[in-house]
Amino acid sequence: MMRISRRTFALGIIGTCCLSFTPTIAIAQADREREERWQQLVSYLFDDREVVPTETLIKIEAPARAQDAALVPITLTMPEKDKIKSVYLVIDDNPVPLAAHVTFGPAADAGSLQMRVRIDTYTNVHAVAETKEGRLFSAVAFVKASGGCSAPSGPSDLEAMKGMGEMRLRLSEPSQKGKSTAATLMIRHPNFTGMQMNQLTRLYTPPRYIEKMTVTYGDQTVLDVAGDISLSTNPAIGFNFVSDGRQSMKVVASDNKGGRWESAFDVSANN
Amino acid sequence: MLLSPMSGNEVRATGHVRQSGNGMCFTRREAMALGFCLCCLPDRGQAARPSGIKDVGNGIFIREAPHEEATRRNRGGIANIGFIIGRDGVLVTDPGGSLADGRWLRSEIKIRTTKRVRYVVMSHVHPDHCLGAAAFGDEVPVFLGHHRLKNALHARGDFYRERLAEVLERDDVGEIIYPNQEVEHAAEVDLGDRIIRMMAHGRAHTDCDLTMLDVTTGTLFPSDLLFVDRVPSLDGSLLGWLAEVERLRQIRPARAVPGHGPAIVAFEPAMAKQVEYLTALADQTRQAIARGLTLNDALPAVTAGKGGGWALYEAYHERNVIQAYKELEWE
Repeated sequence: MMRISRRTFALGIIGTCCLSFTPTIAIAQADREREERWQQLVSYLFDDREVVPTETLIKIEAPARAQDAALVPITLTMPEKDKIKSVYLVIDDNPVPLAAHVTFGPAADAGSLQMRVRIDTYTNVHAVAETKEGRLFSAVAFVKASGGCSAPSGPSDLEAMKGMGEMRLRLSEPSQKGKSTAATLMIRHPNFTGMQMNQLTRLYTPPRYIEKMTVTYGDQTVLDVAGDISLSTNPAIGFNFVSDGRQSMKVVASDNKGGRWESAFDVSANN
Repeated sequence: MLLSPMSGNEVRATGHVRQSGNGMCFTRREAMALGFCLCCLPDRGQAARPSGIKDVGNGIFIREAPHEEATRRNRGGIANIGFIIGRDGVLVTDPGGSLADGRWLRSEIKIRTTKRVRYVVMSHVHPDHCLGAAAFGDEVPVFLGHHRLKNALHARGDFYRERLAEVLERDDVGEIIYPNQEVEHAAEVDLGDRIIRMMAHGRAHTDCDLTMLDVTTGTLFPSDLLFVDRVPSLDGSLLGWLAEVERLRQIRPARAVPGHGPAIVAFEPAMAKQVEYLTALADQTRQAIARGLTLNDALPAVTAGKGGGWALYEAYHERNVIQAYKELEWE
């Protein structure tokens, strides 16, 4: 795991471009194209609000080269967590760049978030933090991956859909009252991207993905997650919540085809 | 089992081998990108120079493949492929990693025998083993595969071809050939003077692994259920793989032709080394999950096989941890 700076990325390009380009031109061009792409996305996703690069408000960790393009683990950290209202994960060159928008509720500890995503090609991945004041700050990592969005969800569509909606919640350690506890929420769902072709029928499996997940703790919201096709099959999200000793954490998930699932988990401190 | 009336070749289904008895059912088969890393840039080096065929005795010929990713130079020829010459014809034990690789294999067969290729066995869905099948189409052989191979090829065939086309000339990649005879549990092929026994496995290396035993010589063809020297790659079920290994051990084969590694090895010591890696992978991944480590944090924590001299360890191990984690986190 490493954070890729723009400079490291540029060095990578020197290594990979054919020799008819001089390295400097290649760097400049690739850099400029990626920056142009990002500016397009900013205007499309954030309605031309200013997005300011930050070294402090949000950090993104991603593998420099994806081992499995259909399941790339991403970690976001927000050191000044009390300032953060929500985060966006944007995979610039994916067909649907916005992978997820996660809004933190009062029961959340917004210090970190883990997600697993599909990455289709060599691309910048941007993490954007929205502060409670409504300002946007970004961090970026460059990831080399290939074919993540067309990689199938399972041996067959039917197989991939087995157990759809089943959920698990795993705590990294027993929760303690008043303390932040790390949790991973897993849900079985194929998250079909719409780019997965069945060779026999020559048809693409229609996109079917988790569109919304709401995690509540007692009567308070922990997270609201808006997802899309870039979340990996069987989406999993790692987050933190502050335990107050109450019993139950509830999750409601729904997909774009009208599927809706609910689960409740006992996360009490003495469990 | 389907019998193809056109071929004149006969495959007998046999009922005495039970299908996977491991009692486990993994409902979750996720997107697996590839059996090999195609993130790597194509090698634009010199013309193809594949390794030669080894005569391992008793009419068995194997191409011992290098431990490499698919490149322009090796033409995707990175798996051990070969053929068995029987009295009545030839059986191909995996047709190769591309059309070009399959054509080369076919030319090597023609150097050694005038007998017809009657059977082409596709051991599993991975492109380094089965994309060469198209090279044998005009001999109208029986294409044999696991009963789940067709589905797997439907789901992944195009994806594999596109990725390989990034490395090879598109014309060298090869069309997808589907099995025209499927093995449900077990089957036998009679080459006249020797019987080749097929076994369809439960989820293991992939979800469609087919292995073969050359009964007369006691030679097992485990394909990618056995990796030697090259780190195993997991694309099916880790626990299933360990269970299917026990089925192979019951056969007590003297020697085996691994999917990757030397052309022929003593079965048990080679399998023991692989089992050691897979078991450590399972144990350490379970421990990481039990300790509450996220997938990100589990990657550096699971060090199974490190320093064990496995080729391509850096390229595949972490990916194996991802596969193991996403299987075992639902236990």
